[in-house]
Amino acid sequence: MTLLTVRGLSAFYGDFQALFDISLDVTEGETVAVIGANGAGKTTFLRALAGALPVPRGAVQFAGRQVGGRPAHALVDLGIVLVPEGRKIFPSLSVRENLQIGAYRRRAGPWTLDRVYRTFPVLGERREQPGTNLSGGEQQMLAIGRGLMANPRLLLMDEISLGLAPVVVQHLYEVLGTVNTEGTTLLVVEQDVSQVLAVAHRVYCFRKGTVALEGVAGHLTREQIFAAYFGA
Amino acid sequence: MVWIDTIVQGILLGGLYALFATGLSLIFGVMRLVNLAHGDFSILAAFIAVFAVQSLGLNPLVALLLVAPVMATVGYGLQRLVLNRLLGRGILPAVLVTFGLSIVIQNGLLETFSADSRRLNPGGIETASVSLGGGLAVGAFPLLTFAVAVLLLVGLQILIGRSAIGRAFRAASDDGATAALMGIDNGRLYGLAMALSLAIVAVAGIFLGIRTTFTFSSGPDRLLFAFEAVIIGGLGSLWGTLAGGVILGVAQTIGARLSPGWGVLTGHLVFLAVLLLRPSGLFAKSRRVD
Repeated sequence: MTLLTVRGLSAFYGDFQALFDISLDVTEGETVAVIGANGAGKTTFLRALAGALPVPRGAVQFAGRQVGGRPAHALVDLGIVLVPEGRKIFPSLSVRENLQIGAYRRRAGPWTLDRVYRTFPVLGERREQPGTNLSGGEQQMLAIGRGLMANPRLLLMDEISLGLAPVVVQHLYEVLGTVNTEGTTLLVVEQDVSQVLAVAHRVYCFRKGTVALEGVAGHLTREQIFAAYFGA
Repeated sequence: MVWIDTIVQGILLGGLYALFATGLSLIFGVMRLVNLAHGDFSILAAFIAVFAVQSLGLNPLVALLLVAPVMATVGYGLQRLVLNRLLGRGILPAVLVTFGLSIVIQNGLLETFSADSRRLNPGGIETASVSLGGGLAVGAFPLLTFAVAVLLLVGLQILIGRSAIGRAFRAASDDGATAALMGIDNGRLYGLAMALSLAIVAVAGIFLGIRTTFTFSSGPDRLLFAFEAVIIGGLGSLWGTLAGGVILGVAQTIGARLSPGWGVLTGHLVFLAVLLLRPSGLFAKSRRVD
C-alpha cells in the first residue's frame, strides 16, 4: 500500500521558494532515494515532510491521512521520523540519553535501547559518554539509533554518508538494509549516488526544487541520472 | 565569634537567594528567555499567600502548598499564551514583554493590596533559634529556608538529570529545533519549565515574606539579587547557583556587619568583581556560556 503521497508540494524560506510542486510516492516497505546536487531542495523536502517547515495541509498524505502542516511532534506520533543532516547529537546528553530522547513519545514497536545496542555495539560500549565524544561515524550510528528508538513507520534520513569514510558508510547502509527488510520504510536523501543506488528500490532526482527524474533504481542509466542531476 | 556568626547568617541568606535564582536560571537555560518579571512573580506569590492567610486562616507555610500550584498554573498559561510567541526572535522581545509584565504586576498589586508593607506570620518559628554550641545560635527560620533551598535544588537536579522530562529540558536547551524533530512538543515543554520556575519562585516569595516585610514594589530588588547569584555561580549549573547565592549572601552580611548601610553595596561589588575576573561565573560548564 502507499504509505506516503506527496502532491503539489511547494515550500518557502521567507520569500525564497525552495520547492516547486513536488509529487512523490512511497510504498510501505520500500527504500526510496532522493538524489540531487547541492541546493536542489532535498533537505528542504525532508524538513517539510517532518513538520519543520510550513506546508499546505493537502500536500502530504501519510497512511491515508492528510498530515501537511502538522507539527513535528505530532508527526513523530504517527511514525514519521527524521534523522537530520549533520547528525545533531545533543551535547549535554550521554549516548544512552540521546537514544532515550528518540523514544520520548513512547511509540510502540520493536526498537529498544537493547536492540539499538545490539545493532550498533559501539553505542552500548560507550553508552555513558557524552554523545558528542563519539567519532563522526559513531555519531551517525547514534543519530540513526535515536531515530529508530521512535519506532518509525517512515524513517527520513538526510545525507547520512556526509563526511564519513566509505567503509563506515557501507556498514551504515548494511544496517539500514536490515532495518528496511524488517519492515521500516526508508526515504533517504543522498549526494553519494552510487551508494544509494545499491540499496534503493526507486529513485527521485531533484533539480532546482523540482523532480527532474524518477524511476526504478535498476532501470535508470548513468546517462539519465547524469542528465537529471546536472540538467543537460 | 562575631565573624563566624556573620558568615553563617550569610550562608543561610544565600539559600534564599538561590531559591530566587534557580527559576530564573532554569528558564534561561531551557529556552534562552530572560524573565524580568521573575522578582515580581515572587512578590505576587507572597501577596496571594497574604490573601490565603487572611481569608482561609492558613499558616503561610501551609498556604505555600496552595500558592505554589497556583503560580505553576499561572506560569504554564503565561508561557503558552504569551511568551511562546516571542521565542525564536532574539532575546529582546521577551525582555520587553516581561518588563511590561513587571509593571503590570506591580501596579495590579498596588491597586489590589495598597502600598502598605506586609509580612507573613508563620506563628513563632520566625523568632525561634537553634543553638549550634560554642555560644553560636542561628535562627530556626533561616535554617529552614536554607534546608528547603537545598532540598529543592537536589530535587531539581534529580529531575533534570534522571527523568524523561529533564532529558527533554536539556535536549531543548542544546537545540530546540532538533528536539522538536525527536517528538518533543516545545510549546508544552516550555510551559512546564515556566510552571516549575514560578512554583519555585513562589516558595522563595513566601519565605521572603516571612523573613522580612515586602511591598508591591519589592520585586525588582529580588530580580537583581537573583541575577547576581546566577552570574556569580555560572549559568547552567544548579550547584553554581546555590554557591552564587551563598557568596552573595555572605558578602552582604559581611558588608552589613562592617557598616549597616554597606550590605547591598558589598554584594554588588563582589558581583562586579566576579563579572570582571570570571565573566562566565565561578562554576559554569564551559560549554554553556552562550
